[in-house]
Amino acid sequence: MAHYLVSRLAMAAIMALLSTLVIFLLANTVPGDPVLSQLGDLAASNKEFVAEWRAKWGLDLPLWQRYLIFLERLAHGDLGISIASQRPVLRDIADFAPATIELASIAFLLSIAIGVPLGVLAAVRRDSWIDHVARLISLLGVSAPTFWLAFIVLALFYGGLQIAPGTGRIDTIALPPPSTTGLYLIDSALAGDWQLFRDALAHLILPSTVLAAATLGLITRTTRASMLDSLQQDFVRVARAKGLKERRIVVGHVLPNALIPVVTLGGLAYANLLTGAVMTETIFSWPGLGRYTFRSAVALDFPAIMGITLVVAVTYLFINLLVDISYALLDPRVVR
Amino acid sequence: MSNAATSLTLDPARSAPPLSKARRWLRRYGLPAFGVLVIVSWVLVAALAPLLAPYAPAAVDVTARLHPPSAQHWLGTDALGRDIFTRLMFGARISLLTGAVVVLVSAVLGTLLGAIAAYARGRFEELIMRVTDLVLCFPPIILAMAIAAALGIGTFNTIVAMLVVWWPKFARLARSLVLVQRSQEYVEAAVVLGLSPARIVLRHIVPNAVGPLIVLVTLDVGNAIITFAGLSFLGLGVVPPTPEWGSMVSEGRELIEQWWVATFPGLAILSVVLGFNFLGDGIRDWLDPRSRRR
Repeated sequence: MAHYLVSRLAMAAIMALLSTLVIFLLANTVPGDPVLSQLGDLAASNKEFVAEWRAKWGLDLPLWQRYLIFLERLAHGDLGISIASQRPVLRDIADFAPATIELASIAFLLSIAIGVPLGVLAAVRRDSWIDHVARLISLLGVSAPTFWLAFIVLALFYGGLQIAPGTGRIDTIALPPPSTTGLYLIDSALAGDWQLFRDALAHLILPSTVLAAATLGLITRTTRASMLDSLQQDFVRVARAKGLKERRIVVGHVLPNALIPVVTLGGLAYANLLTGAVMTETIFSWPGLGRYTFRSAVALDFPAIMGITLVVAVTYLFINLLVDISYALLDPRVVR
Repeated sequence: MSNAATSLTLDPARSAPPLSKARRWLRRYGLPAFGVLVIVSWVLVAALAPLLAPYAPAAVDVTARLHPPSAQHWLGTDALGRDIFTRLMFGARISLLTGAVVVLVSAVLGTLLGAIAAYARGRFEELIMRVTDLVLCFPPIILAMAIAAALGIGTFNTIVAMLVVWWPKFARLARSLVLVQRSQEYVEAAVVLGLSPARIVLRHIVPNAVGPLIVLVTLDVGNAIITFAGLSFLGLGVVPPTPEWGSMVSEGRELIEQWWVATFPGLAILSVVLGFNFLGDGIRDWLDPRSRRR
């Protein structure tokens, strides 16, 4: 086990380093000359000025030296300055992250709380109406583009039926709670402001449901397939022969085994939530990383795009590492 | 709960109720056939768009801005007074083309690299598999977004960006499939006969391992179409006047009152993707009866 842990950790560290190289190369193979895009035409025609400017930003150095400088800055948490906001990219990311973490956590909980029971019921009552409903939900969840689903839900429940609050994290006239965690639900509860808590919760319902859709489909599908597999196993027959109650067989014996493959979905689910957040937050004017990503992409704000990609890649690596480790804990056979 | 679960294994008659022939056919092939129908219809629409469309896709009519669906404009008009029905038909071209190109090119490329890696073993395999690991350590759409932004906006560049993130899954699957085939006796026989490695891989191993690849390809076209539409939605796909479903939704994303602008292009994406998912599931059942109805 220790050996497995060390090798997984080393591998993740190497991958993180390599991903910085990928980002660096991407940022430095931009077809457009950074000199021209950063300096005005007049300044760019002055050769001395250009040379000075290049030296100032280290653009006259060979590529590998620039990569080392890039790494050094990275070690100090310097991801560059966003062109659009004129602020350090890392500051921007830190400011926008809590809104996304709050939204994504609720969506993740929703997709597990609905997806796992739905998948289990679908497998146990195979070919019944609940199986068909589960199938439909998971197919629609996987097939509907998130950005469109977000629009439809908003247009229907806010625009049409007017039973849900509109865009944003809280009402436009409300003031945000005093910031301790940046998560409005927790902050408002800490401040004892229950009206604001309800407001924040109401604003979370639509976007988190939309964001949960794709992940929910994936989890339902995998749980069902894996349950069906486990239900065929010999130990189920033994348990039945022993006269155990069916409910106990399913919940106590089949489910724990069937959930192991669902755990490996963690990385995939995270990637889903992240790309989903870009689309969902854009439609719901949710002031999180997703909308920041959208704005940076539209404005071609390079430092911001690269900074986000790097942060996302490292987080993704970390999540997959956690998934691998928990998988090894759940199923000791993978370590061997 | 107990009744349903036990009858599942103990009562074989329940799983095969007496159905008429037509109903049995529908049960087995209904969804895949429906998928094929949807896909073929969209392909026809895409091919015949200039003949079928009632308007020109870029025809701006400022007197008819944001008209709701009517007899003149079946699906309404957008903020520039362009006919949404027309743009939907032309949009099918880009979506189907990019979906097919991305998946086919990366499937061929990925399969070749994966197959060669599995057959050659050693350093080459190590190199290819580490590169796939590296690409797979980014969430696909985020990496594609960064690459598309670096290359500059345009359909071709976006396709290139998607290809970069798309091939590794095929390489991985192909490698594992070939590794299984490699240990089969017929491969040993081919080696003893003195066939060249290229011939063994291409003529013997790949055809035997191709089933799961076909399933992945079919299911993946829908995935690629959604991803391309997503990139277009972000403004990184097509250049604006070009009709494309993702960017059409993007244009209508703030028009909640004029719901038709964003709703119909999204429905188009949903229908195509569902079509490919139905077909892919059908092919999987057909190739691997064990996985039927999972």
